[in-house]
Amino acid sequence: MPRQEAGAITGVGETKYLRGTDRTALSFQLEASLNAIRDAGLKPSDIDGVIPYGHGAVAEDFITNFGIKDLRFSATTPMGGASAVASIQCALAVIQAGICKHVLLSLGRTGYSGGRIGTRVQQMPQFKVIGEFEMPLGAIAPAQLYAPMARRHMELYGTTSRQLAEIAVTTRYHASLQANATMKNPITIEDHQSSRMISDPLRLLDCSLESDGGAAVVISAADRARDLAKRPILVMGVAEGHPDSPSAITQRPDLTTLGLAKAAPKVFEMAGVTHADIDVAEVYDCFTYIVMCQLEDLGFCKKGEGGAFVQDGALGLNGRLPVNTHGGLLSQAHMAGMNHIVELARQLRGEAAAQVPDAEIGLVTGYGDMGDGALAIMRRG
Amino acid sequence: MDAIYEKLVPSPTPETRPYWDGLNEGRLRLQRCADCGKVRHYPRPMCDACWSMNTDWVDAAGTGTVHSWTITHYAFHPALKGDLPYILLTVDLPEGVRMNAQARGIDASALRVGLPVVVAFDRVKDDLTLPVFEAG
Repeated sequence: MPRQEAGAITGVGETKYLRGTDRTALSFQLEASLNAIRDAGLKPSDIDGVIPYGHGAVAEDFITNFGIKDLRFSATTPMGGASAVASIQCALAVIQAGICKHVLLSLGRTGYSGGRIGTRVQQMPQFKVIGEFEMPLGAIAPAQLYAPMARRHMELYGTTSRQLAEIAVTTRYHASLQANATMKNPITIEDHQSSRMISDPLRLLDCSLESDGGAAVVISAADRARDLAKRPILVMGVAEGHPDSPSAITQRPDLTTLGLAKAAPKVFEMAGVTHADIDVAEVYDCFTYIVMCQLEDLGFCKKGEGGAFVQDGALGLNGRLPVNTHGGLLSQAHMAGMNHIVELARQLRGEAAAQVPDAEIGLVTGYGDMGDGALAIMRRG
Repeated sequence: MDAIYEKLVPSPTPETRPYWDGLNEGRLRLQRCADCGKVRHYPRPMCDACWSMNTDWVDAAGTGTVHSWTITHYAFHPALKGDLPYILLTVDLPEGVRMNAQARGIDASALRVGLPVVVAFDRVKDDLTLPVFEAG
């Protein structure tokens, strides 16, 4: 378990987010990384550890392009959309072990212009069980694999599609306030309700985007972070959590509980804060339902009460818990949650496009690969 | 039976082959730990209760009840376009495990948690039979 506040986010960077490109994923990843490194006031050759998002650039790419003379650590955290936040734990562990001073987390993808999700997941080792036993039945894409979790929640607790719509509507509004978001036209609950059904109960506007672009974060040892260009954002607590039956949702004892439920109590304890202390939350939003379920698993409300919790603009900038203030994967861009970490750092620095007033403490979650979770709680340094 | 089958097909391993062979014979077979007797699904090398790698296969009763479902309206694979919309059921089996399969002849308006179903067998190509669920 990483010691509290052993490291801090010192730099964040993004490319322009797009739907359509002829560029490579690698070029996006390097551009975003360079932006994050410069944001920290560092040089690319200062990076001594890399944790790239899986299926993208590898250590060799950073050594070659950045001219790093002595890269001391490289790893990936293969947890799908939970990877980016889980990488924070990995980065802190190697910082705490004295191996690295400045670790780069980065992602570049051509999710819109390259292979789409239905094709991509077939090639991922985490999906090999599903590949043999569920894909031949026609259950291929995440929307189809996750829809039975949402349906079960609805049947057990009376959760409605209109409640899920609230998440889509609020997130889109936040995207409309960004310079760098791909879907900025505001939507209504009725727009959500009339959007086409993808895999019942998930409609088109319950689903995240496919995007082209890159995002990156530099995590530095706390003793180095103070002397860099920007106010450090200290990591108070971080953990990853794996669900029961991680490779087949079908076999999971409780379809409505995610791996995040195992990580959340540890991270709140590590950070020494309560839910009331959280000023802003960037919650992985591959689907609206997954946001609602995570709010329950984080402990903001009881299991089954997520639908009521998200109603009436509760997740808006002036709501009880501002969520996905950048527009998330639903409306800004699908950067596998790296953009959520970028946004949390900006919120806590006070430089976000849609700023939550006086945000001092916030959290960011990751979710992926059918239920893996990760959570970090951070504060303004 | 289609002359050309273009949907995704499984690639069985020595550990999972008996499941697929069973379906081809019109039997729903489940893996069972030969030491502690725990039934598991999907097939895999080790029992998570006693860590034994000795396995048996048992014939399932072929009955079950609906645990959850989804109705897919978008073809995530081009060969599935002609099947839309289709119902995918997650079903509790009395053996203590769950399985997925498409529903056959079940109206979407009848779906509810606890709905009884029975397994049937859909020979989709020479060497591949998929399970389906019908009203029980």
